[in-house]
Amino acid sequence: MTGAATIAPPRGRPPGAAWGSGGTARAVAPIVLGVSVVAVWQLIAGSGLVEAYLLPSPAAIGAEIVEFWPSMVSAGAITGLNALVGLVAGTLIGIISALVASTRRSLDGMLAPIVAALAVIPIVALAPVLNTMFGADSQTGRQLIAALAAFVPVFLNTARGLRQTQPVHRDLMRSYAASNAQIMRTITLRTAAPFTFTGIRLASSLAVISALVAEYFGGPRGGLGGLISTSAASSAYPRAWAYVVAAIILGLAFSLVASGLERLVSRRR
Amino acid sequence: MTESVITTDAVTVTAVDKVFEAAAGQVVALSGIDLVVEPGEFVSLIGPSGCGKSTLLRLIADLDTPSSGSVEVFGTSAHQARVDQKYGIAFQQAGLLPWRSVAANIALPLELHGSSSVETRERVAELIALVGLDDFGDRYPDELSGGMQQRVAIARALAKKPELLLMDEPFGALDEMTREYMQTELLRISAETGAAVVFVTHSIPEAVYLSDRVVVMSPRPGRIAAVVPMALGSTASRADDLREDGAFFEMITAVREALHGGAPASSARGVENR
Ligand SMILES: Nc1ncnc2c1ncn2[C@@H]1O[C@H](COP(=O)(O)OP(=O)(O)OP(=O)(O)O)[C@@H](O)[C@H]1O
Ligand SMILES: [Mg+2]
Repeated sequence: MTGAATIAPPRGRPPGAAWGSGGTARAVAPIVLGVSVVAVWQLIAGSGLVEAYLLPSPAAIGAEIVEFWPSMVSAGAITGLNALVGLVAGTLIGIISALVASTRRSLDGMLAPIVAALAVIPIVALAPVLNTMFGADSQTGRQLIAALAAFVPVFLNTARGLRQTQPVHRDLMRSYAASNAQIMRTITLRTAAPFTFTGIRLASSLAVISALVAEYFGGPRGGLGGLISTSAASSAYPRAWAYVVAAIILGLAFSLVASGLERLVSRRR
Repeated sequence: MTESVITTDAVTVTAVDKVFEAAAGQVVALSGIDLVVEPGEFVSLIGPSGCGKSTLLRLIADLDTPSSGSVEVFGTSAHQARVDQKYGIAFQQAGLLPWRSVAANIALPLELHGSSSVETRERVAELIALVGLDDFGDRYPDELSGGMQQRVAIARALAKKPELLLMDEPFGALDEMTREYMQTELLRISAETGAAVVFVTHSIPEAVYLSDRVVVMSPRPGRIAAVVPMALGSTASRADDLREDGAFFEMITAVREALHGGAPASSARGVENR
């Protein structure tokens, strides 16, 4: 379980490597690919070879996006807020637990199996239970699920990062007769930070997905997940797809911000 | 602030043993070590790999504690000397904090001991000039060559104006040209600061060039085999032309013979003859 959830943060790239012409090519390539895929999709959907309910055309989806724009924005805000609350809570609890675990080996031994158990709880198993627990008009269950999903990678990566302080740095701080608080602030936390932010990047997508999927299992409608399932249930496929597009944009926004932060923190280490 | 120490020895090591409890059993790293380093004196520790040079240096720095015997630094226990910041230390790895600029790295020991920011800024500027890194204060370690990083580490070790400098193979990872350049720089710096230096090295010429005395150690268990005084004039007056001087080669031979216990030098192991 740790294998998938802890990934070494990227090394600081050599100065100027990514923002030159290579950077432009890297930004343009996915756009070109995306545009081509949409064009081919439009051709196939427009040709009548595939039933419209199976694969609505991009144009039809686009029209729905325009028509339901305000609803998409408010739905995105609901789901986004649930994901954000969960991400922040899960991150804080993850960092604090990792710090606690790092101070005592015995605590580490107690927390590790708990985290291992949390890591394998499927959202689909938990969502109906929590939704019922917190009542039909509460977002708390969803936020809790997002927090749980976010907690695991943040905890695992932070715990790993806190073990990465270099012996030469420890010797140096000891030679300065630095206090434990100074060592923590100057060396330990700063060494762990890139690892924590890798955890946050992984957690950001997980939080959005969890918040979204949790909406399929009851609770108040109005979020993107709820509207996707309502639209699909009433055979409004282009509209369902429009909300899917909104969900993708929401997920991308979360992971872009998180990757940006990760890059910033991993620049020098 | 530390005027009273002038008359005491910089380092006094008395009957020190160090035994490590390793998984495979006990390792006697040091046995019966006696050593005195005078204020302002430059002493090198040389000997084959594993003879306990780093261990001895770490005991002086109070990064480890002796199994028996005592280590005093400027008349106090090694522990007290560390707490009072009586020494500066540099390791084989520069050990800079990669997320801090050159200036911020040098400022680290000052910050930790509450110097005002004005004081710190002035001292850092002085140190940067001392190690010849003007214009590099804002750079980050990954933008510097190995030699430059090592100079930053030396500047950092000098930040609190210590009267004792402990160095564990600080030039070990440098190429020969940079190394010789850094040696001459170190002599200049130690003359300017008047600090005593305990310097661990694998290189006989390096030890000879830098030192007032060369302490030759032998392994299993680590002990001092010989102490060879360098009859080469004061370290402050030495310059690169000494490397081609006859007296220099005589001293190299003296150290080499001490290393091999008087036996022919051809069986050299673990010590570089360059
Ligand atoms: N923390 C430790 N635990 C166990 N054994 C150790 C430890 N540190 C050093 N030793 C052992 O003590 C002996 C002396 O080690 P030390 O590092 O002082 O040698 P050295 O002379 O500095 O060698 P080198 O020239 O290779 O740096 C070695 O046999 C080493 O294996
Ligand atoms: Mg060593």
